[in-house]
Amino acid sequence: MSIFREDFAEILRLVRPGARVLDVGCEDGELLDLLTREKRVDGQGLEISPAGVSACLAKGLAVVQGDGDRDLDHFPTRAFDYAILSKTLQQMREPRHVLSELLRIADQAIVSVPNFGHWRMRMSLMARGRMPETRALPDPWWSTPNIHLCTLRDFTDLCRELDLRVDACAALSGGKPARPIDPNGPLENWRSETALFLLSRRAEDRPEATPQNLFGEVELPKPEGAAPRRRRR
Amino acid sequence: MDAGAEPGQEIESGGGTWRFPANRPLRLDSGATLPNLEVAYKTYGRLNETRTNAVLVCHALTGDQHAASVNPATGRPGWWDNVIGAGLPLDPERYFIIATNVIGGCMGSTGPASADPKTGRAYGLSFPVITIADMVRAQAMLIEALGIETLLAVVGGSMGGMQVLQWAADFPEKLFSAVCIAAAPRHSAQNIAFHEVGRQAIMADPDWRGGAYEAAGVRPEKGLAVARMAAHITYLSEPALQRKFGRELQRDGLSWGFDADFQVESYLRHQGTSFVDRFDANSYLYITRALDYFDLAAKHGGVLAEAFRKARGVRFCVLSFSSDWLYPTAESRDIVRALNAAGCRASFAEIETDKGHDAFFLDEPQLDRTLRGFFASTAQARGL
Repeated sequence: MSIFREDFAEILRLVRPGARVLDVGCEDGELLDLLTREKRVDGQGLEISPAGVSACLAKGLAVVQGDGDRDLDHFPTRAFDYAILSKTLQQMREPRHVLSELLRIADQAIVSVPNFGHWRMRMSLMARGRMPETRALPDPWWSTPNIHLCTLRDFTDLCRELDLRVDACAALSGGKPARPIDPNGPLENWRSETALFLLSRRAEDRPEATPQNLFGEVELPKPEGAAPRRRRR
Repeated sequence: MDAGAEPGQEIESGGGTWRFPANRPLRLDSGATLPNLEVAYKTYGRLNETRTNAVLVCHALTGDQHAASVNPATGRPGWWDNVIGAGLPLDPERYFIIATNVIGGCMGSTGPASADPKTGRAYGLSFPVITIADMVRAQAMLIEALGIETLLAVVGGSMGGMQVLQWAADFPEKLFSAVCIAAAPRHSAQNIAFHEVGRQAIMADPDWRGGAYEAAGVRPEKGLAVARMAAHITYLSEPALQRKFGRELQRDGLSWGFDADFQVESYLRHQGTSFVDRFDANSYLYITRALDYFDLAAKHGGVLAEAFRKARGVRFCVLSFSSDWLYPTAESRDIVRALNAAGCRASFAEIETDKGHDAFFLDEPQLDRTLRGFFASTAQARGL
């Protein structure tokens, strides 16, 4: 097997065999191809670049040319088991809308976000007084595609607001294996460079694929706000 | 059936005219039946032993079965010889490619110029009105007659793309994959409007004679040429026309009259006059009518996704061109949305080009790459 991104390894672990998967921003289809071969998933990609679309087609993948911001309405409600958005949520015009769309289309969303609360960011901003340029976010402010940056805390707040449950979370940092974390843990907002979330709608009963099965003995965050909430779509 | 390879042809080709017996008429959507059905077709390549490598190519409004070989009517190369051929996305070495002439056409399949068995003379306007579904039904009869149970792919652009969609709705069990290029799930008011201009131009020509021009030994050439000129504008984009002709003049200075001063006028006139040499005016009426009647969702309670409900096993590829204003990208996206809603496996790409609707006949590297990738992976999935 070829060398692949560390988040791919984590996603590969999370996804149930034979699941229906939508990869938003699937690029050349590397992840979908991997999931198809290793997990026999029924995969579908959404990709904006013509070169990416051609590459996916050549791999025999089903791919729709489109934009995660605009074209998620192509897909019917609950058409997939998983919707994957890897490292591009912060590049969306409307991350909040995209996130709720992902969980309309799929039962679970796998989303990774670079953590702007990481100590490197904080130190860089504190020491230099300029927008941080780090290995996770290397572009200058005037050319960065990352227009909606957030910290781990910001992201879990948004999940709460959208009535989403964090089924699992893992920290990813530069080539090291994924480390399961509690995204609300006080230290994680300092030390996690990128976080990968497995999310679902809070109101859903999900007997299969419990987070415990996915992450072994790791203690997972308890859903906050015990009061039953109105299910938002 | 007069089959056999043509001499001087690089790729192996065959075909002829399939004549269905009198007890197998074509039942039409209108309720009428078409006796003595004839379907003209060409084939490229060889059917493999497992009969799994057959690809049906559907032509556009004024196309024909000569997709990849010299057209005997015009002496010009086939209309899709940049897609079908050695080393091309549809390589006859690998696939058995079948192209038919649609019914209602004028290149050998039963149409308004065919002899009505009742009178022995050309049908003219007594030819029944046909639909895209009727064309597809005739193709399905031919495919069956050729001993092919499943097509590896059905592929077509423009009206050909509509036939592809109709195939998916009516014969999904006979398809492994479907490629729909620059098409729409229905004809829009604007599409119908342009066709009506064309039809009125033909019918306004005194030589049309209520459709019975053949008996009178004349042809409504002027009307048909004007119809072609109007339609041809819709196949091109504004930037492409501007780039090709701008305001360039034919000669130095204006004529201060109504000659073809501008190059674009001369070009359109040429398009019109060369078209009448190869096309029948009544066929033009009937085929444009079939297109106008096309609304795939209509038979399915107005819900396009319902049309594809049985096509879940078919691999779809939908392609559009960014500068196509005849069947714009939004129409293809509607198709894709419906396919997704029906749970079909669908791919979609918008090819970036400024060449308009006709880009599917032209050398577009992205189109080539996309088709190549799709056909290769489809063949692999089929075990070829």
